[in-house]
Amino acid sequence: MVKWFQKGTRGATWPWWSSCVTCACLTAALLLVSGPSAYTRSVHEGVTVRGVPIPAFARKYNLPCSACHTAWPELNAFGQRFRDNGYQLMNDRDSPIWQNPSYIPVTFRMTPNLHRESLTNQPVDATPGDPTTTGPATVTLSGFDLSGMDLWTAGTLYKNISFALLPSSDNTGAFHFEAAFVRFDNLLNNHWVNFKFGKFELDNLISEKRFLFLSGNGGTYQSYHFVPVGETLNAFGLGDNQIGAELAGHSENSYTRYGVAVLSSSDGNVNLPTSQRYDAFVTVSHAIDAGGLGVERLGAYAYLGQRPTYYQTSGGVPIAGTGTGNKPFYRIGVSGDFFFGDFELLPFFMHASDNAYLATGTAATAALPPGARDARWNAGFLEAHYYVSPQLVFTGRYETIRMSQQADPATLSDLGNIDGYSGGIRWYPIMFARAGLSWHTEVSAIRTRGSTFSPTDAVWTASVFTGFDFDF
Amino acid sequence: MRLHARMVALVSGLGVLLSAAGATAGSAQESHIGHVTGHAAAGKKLYRRYCIGCHGPDGDGAGENAQWIDPKPRDFTLGVFKCRSTPTGALPTDQDLLNAMSRGFVTTNMPPWLPLTRQNRADLVAYVKSFSPKWKTFKPGTPITIPAESRLTIESILHGRGLYQKMECWKCHGSKGHADGPSAATLTDNKDLPIRPYDFATGSRFMCGVTNEDLYKIFMTGLDGTPMPSFADNLQPADAWDLVHFLRTLQPLDTPEAALWKAWLASHAGELKPIGPGGPGGGGGR
Repeated sequence: MVKWFQKGTRGATWPWWSSCVTCACLTAALLLVSGPSAYTRSVHEGVTVRGVPIPAFARKYNLPCSACHTAWPELNAFGQRFRDNGYQLMNDRDSPIWQNPSYIPVTFRMTPNLHRESLTNQPVDATPGDPTTTGPATVTLSGFDLSGMDLWTAGTLYKNISFALLPSSDNTGAFHFEAAFVRFDNLLNNHWVNFKFGKFELDNLISEKRFLFLSGNGGTYQSYHFVPVGETLNAFGLGDNQIGAELAGHSENSYTRYGVAVLSSSDGNVNLPTSQRYDAFVTVSHAIDAGGLGVERLGAYAYLGQRPTYYQTSGGVPIAGTGTGNKPFYRIGVSGDFFFGDFELLPFFMHASDNAYLATGTAATAALPPGARDARWNAGFLEAHYYVSPQLVFTGRYETIRMSQQADPATLSDLGNIDGYSGGIRWYPIMFARAGLSWHTEVSAIRTRGSTFSPTDAVWTASVFTGFDFDF
Repeated sequence: MRLHARMVALVSGLGVLLSAAGATAGSAQESHIGHVTGHAAAGKKLYRRYCIGCHGPDGDGAGENAQWIDPKPRDFTLGVFKCRSTPTGALPTDQDLLNAMSRGFVTTNMPPWLPLTRQNRADLVAYVKSFSPKWKTFKPGTPITIPAESRLTIESILHGRGLYQKMECWKCHGSKGHADGPSAATLTDNKDLPIRPYDFATGSRFMCGVTNEDLYKIFMTGLDGTPMPSFADNLQPADAWDLVHFLRTLQPLDTPEAALWKAWLASHAGELKPIGPGGPGGGGGR
């Protein structure tokens, strides 16, 4: 799922009262389908509730979704171990030979939704069609929509040989391969040696692929994708799946983990579009058993990459893959996952730097603009989840990005700075075996420093979102 | 006066009875594993998250996934558990239950829950105990004593092989330990559900552990609720260790027992009578 949501381009606005009525109707429909008693039981009672979602892996092992997920799709400690073992429970029934021949490990995930997006300080013609009247205005979009779709298949090809294949589409149905890899697990009969080859998610302690936010603004970690204003040569995102090979390992309970990856410097894009250089990603984390509080994990990571600043050309047109004049960038930081009973706290910090050539869009053969220097910034977020039950979770996040050094000294020091606020509820009302359904509601707002009109403007983008996130 | 005395006695008796009932009920709501005390109330939430799909909301093994699972999930209401350190028929210790939960059960759907914190697992143990009234009536058994392992020799393996024949282990587990003995297809558990004997070719783990001590414990305590009986009354500790040494040779592993056995077989294979009807007889080889 590269981008769970693609913002709509429809011009029609949707009155607020109408949205409220629609939400109320959706709620009523849910309650009618499940029955008021089901609602009461699921939220307030203990073990009398039946069912939790069971997509592809759960169908194989007959385990409830909540066994591996705090609230799906986020993994808990048990799910992390399952993933680290190559989608194996290590109960000697992991090889597909144990499965019913009709079993195919496929999961579909999609979210029909109703959402509203608004952006302030946008260039809008005061008189439609007359570009001479362009000025700042707020643009608002709203209506029913679709998310992208994940068609996810993964599992074991044989004991200790696992795979994943994830064709993923945006909400127009345009597909790409979000993940495709083979993993050789427990090499030398040692869980510290696992080798993955293909396209995969970086081993981020806080995964953007399995998090609990879906809206247009909150549905990505800004920290994972930020590049300074004006930078065009480096579109790297820590949250983007990358192509390469990874050596990883873990302790028996996966409390201690490491990963070292060598990756094409293409930000996960196929057909070798950039250069022949490679990036590296290193991550390590350790968790402790905090008794009744839960498992507390702290980790560190470093991504060291490089990007070309110019290409060989043919008739003046760059030839893809021939990039040269490579210049470096890095992302380093720490992150954590801390439980306090039913309360989970996810802190993340990143320090980032892009070489002056990348930050100013200058070919390595040309002279840098006067005074140009590396662009540097710090980013981070603090995310919190409160699990009322395995079927109901409240989420919140504050995110911030601060430029610490602009590439161009003449640029305002806070241009591009970001503050993000997100909050939501995910309720899993009806969870029968072999499928999962979540009613997801979220509000998110981001303030970015600098608009088309003035570098001191604050541009607010806000999302209000409600939808049914289903996984079968 | 006499009536008053009787009333006092009655009320006192009721008080003692209620106190005792409360005490036993209270102990059933807790588990004690080392320095960790598990609480059923906390375990209930965890049970709902991790266990309910198979073991069911009432702990009777009738979760929504049970119909797809073979062997079936444990019915906690019966208070009968396979993997114990206690004699057959006795309740397991809290440590036994925690070990089983942490280890999982090989060739079943029960995975190892090792990633859960020790406190979480202790809480689950406390909650699992709340499903059966047995925990309010009986105390867990006293763990059996496991003597020091006898020295590994070819004689001990051969003696163990003889015991495998004599105790008729082969009737269920098969002559080569592949779970294909003549009785294998007829076995049922305590709920009359078909059950397969352990196949020693499966891999590195036994149903209740991986070590020689675990294996010793299995046939000296039996796997309650299954046809696997306790041999505590039939085997002396030294004999039991010899049987352990032989059983280790049936696994597809590079164990010291297997290495010694292979080396001996290379020059003595012709001396062995096959295990099965009319096999080598008890005590053979020693």
